Amino acid sequence: MSRASQLMLARRKAGRWHWTDIAAYTYLAFGVVLMFGPVAWLVLSSFKTQAGLLEFPPSLLPMSQQEVMVPGNPQPLPLFEVTMEDGSKRVLAQVRRIGIQAQMVDPKDPTQQFRVPIDKRVPVRQFKLATENYTEPLERFAFTRFLSNSVFVTVVATLITLLINSMAAYALSIYEFRGKNTAMLMVIGTLMIPITIILVPVYLVITHLGLVNSLWAVILPGAATPTGVFLLRQYMLTLPRDLIEAARMDKASEWQIYWRIVMPLAMPALAVLAIFSIMWRWNEFLWPLAVLTKTESYTLQIGLNAFQGELQTQWHYLLAMTVVTLLPVALVFVFLQRFITTGIANTGMK
Amino acid sequence: MATVDLTSIAKSFGPTKVLGGVDLSIADGEFLTLVGPSGCGKSTLIRIIAGLEAQDSGGVAIGGASVDHLRAHERRVAMVFQSYALYPHMTVGANIGLPLTMSRMTLRQRLPLLRLLSRQRREILRGIEADVGAVAAQLQLEHLLDRRPAQLSGGQRQRVALGRAMVRSPDVFLMDEPLSNLDAKLRVHMRTELAELHKRLGATFIYVTHDQIEAMTMSDRVAMMDAGDVLQLGTPSELYERPASIKVAQFIGSPAINLLPATLAGSGRIELFGRPLSLAVNGTAGASITLGIRAEALSLAQGEPGQGGRAWFSARLRRKENLGSEYILHFDLAGRDAPGVTTRATAATAATVNETAEVALTFDETACHVFDVGGERLEPRNGGAVSSVVPLRA
Repeated sequence: MSRASQLMLARRKAGRWHWTDIAAYTYLAFGVVLMFGPVAWLVLSSFKTQAGLLEFPPSLLPMSQQEVMVPGNPQPLPLFEVTMEDGSKRVLAQVRRIGIQAQMVDPKDPTQQFRVPIDKRVPVRQFKLATENYTEPLERFAFTRFLSNSVFVTVVATLITLLINSMAAYALSIYEFRGKNTAMLMVIGTLMIPITIILVPVYLVITHLGLVNSLWAVILPGAATPTGVFLLRQYMLTLPRDLIEAARMDKASEWQIYWRIVMPLAMPALAVLAIFSIMWRWNEFLWPLAVLTKTESYTLQIGLNAFQGELQTQWHYLLAMTVVTLLPVALVFVFLQRFITTGIANTGMK
Repeated sequence: MATVDLTSIAKSFGPTKVLGGVDLSIADGEFLTLVGPSGCGKSTLIRIIAGLEAQDSGGVAIGGASVDHLRAHERRVAMVFQSYALYPHMTVGANIGLPLTMSRMTLRQRLPLLRLLSRQRREILRGIEADVGAVAAQLQLEHLLDRRPAQLSGGQRQRVALGRAMVRSPDVFLMDEPLSNLDAKLRVHMRTELAELHKRLGATFIYVTHDQIEAMTMSDRVAMMDAGDVLQLGTPSELYERPASIKVAQFIGSPAINLLPATLAGSGRIELFGRPLSLAVNGTAGASITLGIRAEALSLAQGEPGQGGRAWFSARLRRKENLGSEYILHFDLAGRDAPGVTTRATAATAATVNETAEVALTFDETACHVFDVGGERLEPRNGGAVSSVVPLRA
């Protein structure tokens, strides 16, 4: 704890504030707000009620108007603080609003009724987390289904990506053969073709394969990524050649060299690719939207899109479910980032 | 055990010729060292023997049978790499045991989960463990078997690399500068260990180094290579005492041999700085030759250099190097158009010279090497030692 506070308040010279300290902290604080502001705003907003989201001016914390049950009214009535004509202030419940007049009632004494101009009343607000934003979509909509679809696509697609990309990278980095550089250039070249260009042809292929509405239609077309091949190849090029030759002398087959020697040593690069792949797959939107048309095969991102109707958008659900979709990616990052340290490949040499 | 025969091995990398038809016959159980400067093709040659590189032409035979069609692991050779090439993610035990795991287990016995079905697997594992243990015991590695290479010192890694080669009990050991990453003291120690290991195993060793001391101290025979050709093949003392060319003479021996320009007078007599030696070689008069004099054949002399006396030339000290047991003295030759010379001296002798005064140097004519203008060795007439030198030394 003291280490943390020491770190948070570190200065050029102990006990004194230099102007560069202030400048540095201002800059850092600006960065924090810039990076985390939108995320914090999203999380806080996801706990607001539908009315709370639409109110102006917006509040940072999820506040909602206090409500009270008044005998004679089937619904709970919203509470307001009203400035009376004589200047005194009273807390009244609003029964209904007619134009610029509001009909109010004293909740302690329902027989007392008042007509109050609406600019004379201020809503009574309290801090309240609208957890129903989270529970309702999970209960009412097939959100758990979307979640499991997303998890399936992400996990399987990432595994396939890692496997075939690393095999391609192995061939392109370890072997010498005619046309090796051409092959590599062609792989890299596909980076220049955006998905929107090949959307229709790939869709046609998928239709002919009868994969529409299957999750495999989402997984397979993007399994081999040029970025992944390039990333892994560049890393494998740095592995000492002696290791591979030593393995050849030790009677390891090519598959064994790949699986037992190169793969464990390429772990840092594989972790990076895994993180990328998980994020791509989890956030993928356009392609699943094209090939998944049935609700039961939706992934999370497509499911979220369903909250955005033509006429109205259910912002409170949309925000809450966005938070849900963000969490796994954040967790993946937290756990995998420690692998992205310098490789251990050279420690056995020299 | 096996002999290794190389017949006119040639190799080029693109336009660069690396090996130009190398012929070598290595006897069973011999310790042969390939020595030469960087880029002379010695590493390429050993990699061709190992099967890691394919020769452009020529053939490799091990134990009398051609192995050109065999892949590296089928040749019954083991290689120790300069970088050791230990697998960093495996323990020492797994590193040493990998060749055995690969050769003794079937694919099914290595597969995850499926391997649990194999009944012989445990037996094979026990066998591997025993063999790894035996090798580790020979190399004093038993207590390190669970460590990873990163946790070992340079000398220990070196021994693990040796162990991985030994565990396969190959016919031929190939070693590519295995000691070059060790510090000086450990290198001296490992030289002895390697020589003893060779004696104990009785296998054929082919050893590549650029360090002439390693070549001289460990080998049965040394092949000195340069620019893709074997310049001389012989025992260490042959290479030192009768270098076939000026390159061999320069490379073998420390400090490097002194080379002085000389000419041939009539009847093949050698003249150094205009003064005739009692040495004679076959050659035309007036031809320029090079005289090679080892540092230990050169010594301080009394008197002024002049006709008849023992002193040959006067020199001025440039630098003294203290090696502890002796000194290396570097001299500039006074008034001569010739490179400087070096000589060995005892501490007492070294104390008598300083930079201010010139001293006289002499040399042992019987220990001179004569090279023609192309750098080839010229044999002195009368078969080496010239008898007429003897009175001059008295």
